[in-house]
Amino acid sequence: MGNSLGNERQSSAKKTFMEDPRYKQCNKEAIIVCVLGIANLIWWFAWGYGLGLRDPSEYSYVMGFPMWFFMSCIVGGLLFVGLTILIVYKYFKDMPLDKLDPEEAKKYEEGMDR
Amino acid sequence: MTFEGIRWDVLFPIIIYFIFVYVIGFYSMKFVGRATARVGKGFLQEYLMSDRTLGGFVLAMTLVATYLSAGSFIGGPGTAYTFGMAWVFLAMSQMPTGYFTLGVLGKKFAIVARKINAVTVTDFLKERYENKFLIVLVSLSIVFFISAAMTAQVIGATRILEGALNIPYEVGLVFFAVTILVYTIIGGFRAVAYSDALQGIVMTVGVFAVIIAAIIAGGGIPNIIQEMRAMDPGLISPTGPDPEFTSIAWVTSFWILVGFSIVGLPQVATRAMSYRDSKSLKLGIIYGTVVAMILLLGMHLLGAFGVVLVPGIESGDLVVPKVTTMLFPNWVAGLILAGPLAAIMSSVDSQLLIGLGAIVNDVYLNIINPKAKRTSTITFIFAALIGIAVFIAAFDPPELMVWLNLYAAAGLKCTFLWPIILGLYWKRANTPGAFASIIVGIASYISFDIMWPRPLGLHTIVLPLVLSLAAFVIVALVTKKPSDEVVEKFWSI
Repeated sequence: MGNSLGNERQSSAKKTFMEDPRYKQCNKEAIIVCVLGIANLIWWFAWGYGLGLRDPSEYSYVMGFPMWFFMSCIVGGLLFVGLTILIVYKYFKDMPLDKLDPEEAKKYEEGMDR
Repeated sequence: MTFEGIRWDVLFPIIIYFIFVYVIGFYSMKFVGRATARVGKGFLQEYLMSDRTLGGFVLAMTLVATYLSAGSFIGGPGTAYTFGMAWVFLAMSQMPTGYFTLGVLGKKFAIVARKINAVTVTDFLKERYENKFLIVLVSLSIVFFISAAMTAQVIGATRILEGALNIPYEVGLVFFAVTILVYTIIGGFRAVAYSDALQGIVMTVGVFAVIIAAIIAGGGIPNIIQEMRAMDPGLISPTGPDPEFTSIAWVTSFWILVGFSIVGLPQVATRAMSYRDSKSLKLGIIYGTVVAMILLLGMHLLGAFGVVLVPGIESGDLVVPKVTTMLFPNWVAGLILAGPLAAIMSSVDSQLLIGLGAIVNDVYLNIINPKAKRTSTITFIFAALIGIAVFIAAFDPPELMVWLNLYAAAGLKCTFLWPIILGLYWKRANTPGAFASIIVGIASYISFDIMWPRPLGLHTIVLPLVLSLAAFVIVALVTKKPSDEVVEKFWSI
């Protein structure tokens, strides 16, 4: 239970815990996915409104779809499925998910450096 | 009430499909049965998490099936019927569902969940913020909003049975309700996940078949699109027949509403702690994205094309059943109609389980009786009670289920999004911050919804989420840091 002495001891001991070495990679993966999501939004928006806002009588068509829709949704959908596969295989690393003991954590860290 | 005119030939494949779902329920019951002997949380590990054993395929299917609900299968195509390609375009904002949820919560969420032995999202919040009142608040939010969402879903399903098969509403409701209740209650999360996988397959195959048949029946895509254009050029433009309604800002803000912020839905986030290993996650992301794209494009195109195939139907919600029964011999139509039913079942079953988790795990076990030994009995009792309450509510159905459903989802997102994300990635995130974010989020959502539904032209959800983030960060920075124990529990090895 807290008294000021105990708290002090804890805050001085704060630095001693070893941060889970897996988190660095986890954070990296999360950032990559955010970038992918934003890129997906930009692609969708740029083609959809870039080509779609003119008068429908001026549309050109691909496979029957208006060009804006084809590029934004059909090509965009396929492209981002492709990018997802690429990113998952290129940047996502396999790792154990269970609690690590200090030795396993060390081993994992060394493995990451390779 | 009359049973005349029920289309048994359409109903037959649906019944077979329901039997499969029961089989999955009984199969999972073996695991649940074994787990009832476990003490305290041990039972809930199986019942709410299937002991964290999901593989990639089942993970993807249960995620997508849970999220793509009646909104995407009935309401979505129904609205696309009215708004044409603009609504298909809008629907594609849900494309990130697969990769975004699993990628952002990612392995970190799974690792933390294992460290602290969390079986619900609220468990995570409880360990991270260590405040009983917060737990009660989020649990109430779950029970309230999830019940609303479930009711909307159940109504949607019963409408399908009514519209396509002429089954009287009350009969369809009971038929549907009993099935979901039975397999969810006896089989827990394992039954839900595996039946979601079956439902995902049925949906995907069904969507493929029906969109191809619809394109052929309409004389090819070029022909359908030109006929839509002849009816109203707005039907093939991204701003729709009513550009003021489907404005650029509003449509784009759906990327927040149904794309990115769904990380904050507890029934979605729970899935991100239930998979077996990092390989399952990789495959889950890939399958999830592929399936999401097929289902979204297929269902919404079908709705939009429906205006050519079955013009002038009284309610857009009926477009999928109408097109399906028009295009296929009856027994095939039944098989395909199982798709939207499956979508609804797979959303309702997970919501039921989340509501149950909130009551039994989050309130009963975490607060009322932390020393409870046998958690199985009380779990089954509450499961039956919640289920029955929802189905009674569904007997008196309100209109416009899509909006009701979106309203519930918004409330959950305002509650959970920032406490989960910041709790996971920001060491400085603390309890007062979490409170501020939930209160500001929900209060501002409700106020905007009533007084200014499209602030700055955006969907109502956007500003409350921004405000709730700001409230969290500001309050967290001016109040005390979280205790070292909490930080260490979450961040150390």
